[in-house]
Amino acid sequence: MKPITIIESRIVVMPRENVDTDQIIPARFLKVTDKEGLGEALFCDWRYEGVDKPRPDFVLNRPEARGCQVLVAGDNFGCGSSREHAPWALVDYGFRAVISTRIADIFRNNALKNGLVPVVLEPAAHAKLLAAPGAKVRIDIGAQTVTLPDGSTAPFPLDGFARYCLMNGVDELGFLLAQEEAIAKFESKV
Amino acid sequence: MPRTLFEKVWDAHVVKPESPDTPAVLYVDLHLVHEVTSPQAFSVLRARGLKVRRPERTLATMDHSTPTLPRRPDGSWPFADAQNEAQVRALEENARDFGVELHGLGDDAQGVVHVFGPERGATQPGMTVVCGDSHTATHGAFGALAFGIGTSEVGHVLATQCLLQRRPRTLAVRVDGKLSAGVTAKDLVLAIIARIGVGGGTGHVIEYQGPAIRALSMEGRMTLCNMSIEAGARAGMVAPDDATFQWLAGRPRTPKGAAWEAAVAAWRRLPSDAGARFDREVAIDGAVLAPMITFGTNPSQGIPVNGRVPDPAAESDAQARSTLEAALRYMGLRPGQAIAGQKIDAVFVGSCTNGRLEDLRAAASVLRDRKVKVRTLVVPGSHAVKRAAEAEGLDRIVKASGAEWREPGCSMCIAMNGDDIKAGQYCVSTSNRNFEGRQGKGGRTLLASPLTAAASAVAGAVADARPLMEGR
Repeated sequence: MKPITIIESRIVVMPRENVDTDQIIPARFLKVTDKEGLGEALFCDWRYEGVDKPRPDFVLNRPEARGCQVLVAGDNFGCGSSREHAPWALVDYGFRAVISTRIADIFRNNALKNGLVPVVLEPAAHAKLLAAPGAKVRIDIGAQTVTLPDGSTAPFPLDGFARYCLMNGVDELGFLLAQEEAIAKFESKV
Repeated sequence: MPRTLFEKVWDAHVVKPESPDTPAVLYVDLHLVHEVTSPQAFSVLRARGLKVRRPERTLATMDHSTPTLPRRPDGSWPFADAQNEAQVRALEENARDFGVELHGLGDDAQGVVHVFGPERGATQPGMTVVCGDSHTATHGAFGALAFGIGTSEVGHVLATQCLLQRRPRTLAVRVDGKLSAGVTAKDLVLAIIARIGVGGGTGHVIEYQGPAIRALSMEGRMTLCNMSIEAGARAGMVAPDDATFQWLAGRPRTPKGAAWEAAVAAWRRLPSDAGARFDREVAIDGAVLAPMITFGTNPSQGIPVNGRVPDPAAESDAQARSTLEAALRYMGLRPGQAIAGQKIDAVFVGSCTNGRLEDLRAAASVLRDRKVKVRTLVVPGSHAVKRAAEAEGLDRIVKASGAEWREPGCSMCIAMNGDDIKAGQYCVSTSNRNFEGRQGKGGRTLLASPLTAAASAVAGAVADARPLMEGR
């Protein structure tokens, strides 16, 4: 994982709430045994007519969405299934952060393991972003702030360990493997 | 200090406590594995030269990609496509290479992972149980702390038997009163989700308490805990009691003899202590509940089966109005219409939510001596369930009604194996998610109990089962 400290990008706004992981990537794309190229299937059933004809009215298909790395979604983003294919698809497509007022637990955990930053804002700050599609934001991981289009900054919570992993490109498996002694000790007691 | 059931299980599994800088290292007693969320995790182990740390704590089956039609005369399986087969073969290879016990296709214990785990006696009170599947919450019915994880975490558990976790908050859902005839655990959990909302449990572990919970069978408790995730809670738990111990006794992986007595004695200390504090509490009167059905595109959008579809115009909050409008547009339902009588195209009875023996008995009790008017799939949750159901003749009742009696698997709950509905079709389903396209692209799902599903199959439209249950 590459270290991430600052994300600066224009935003794509998808105000819908409760966007579930079945919408992020439908189950028929979970038949893979690797994780390559899932960005093609991101939001597939909202994004395409039939198999692959882009729906012009879908937000990701508009020209101004091109190159945007930050998705601003309605409340409770990523609810539903535990499929890590959802953050894999978002990252493969080019997103580096998702902003909402609430992010589902398993999705948040999965996102963090893939360098996709889950940003939960207070409703007032979030509303400013919903009202400004295409605006530029700056997400500062170290400071845990989002600079909004009006120049103000909004704080967001981020677990200290998650922040450390993002900023240093640390993968959790390496950290866990280093706990061998404690794990072996625990096992000897049970 | 008095502790909750959750706190007791959590505390007993902390390898290293959490600090502001690091989450807790939490030990995992049982890791269930299936074919969809594991291949990339095994690839990581291969790439890094790692082994499965505790193969005896790892148990695999396959369910999502497996066909529910029987093996062909030539011995081959009727996979929907080559990708399904590749996933199944990948798990066979990974289980073999890493020494993991697998009950795969053709094994007489194979089944939907959350039906299979408890059936093997692998799930036990006080355990930590994880699986790369959000419905792992099911196993909380036994007083285990059980939750779904992503594929990266599947790799962590395979390699270290541990997870990095922040301690969640606790939510007590207390259900008083007695459920009426025809009102099941499924109706109860749909009512709970309608009450607390699709994200209402986020960040929490739920403990279900109260007389209505104690009165549920183990199957009912599994149905209830299974859908905790549909309220956003990663886990739901029910304190173990005599019903739990009776259900588990004598299963393949449960302790035997003196070890069993010792285990039961320890399990009796798990229930929340008097005076234990929860971060939040919700109380529900079970006596007033009716059979429930969903009308929308998330599991909190449920109403009584004899109720009416809500009118977005009555919503004062703009966001809530727009969410409801989008749901009705997708579902093709009118504000204010009675949900009973809505024509349907298919019925699905099965899944990790309602694919157990009690569920099949309920469906069969309505189907007996009646005919279904729409395509109806009855899919046992496992081979053990299927055998038990066939021993009682439930398969004959199902087939005589015109419904299909299938082989075990997730089937039409997630529609990965070719069992699906077509765009625009309506399906009354005993599964757990009514998200857009969940049962097939463009398909419309109405979640309900096996009783309601069977009654709707007979009517060819959404129907209340209670009038059909008289005298049965």
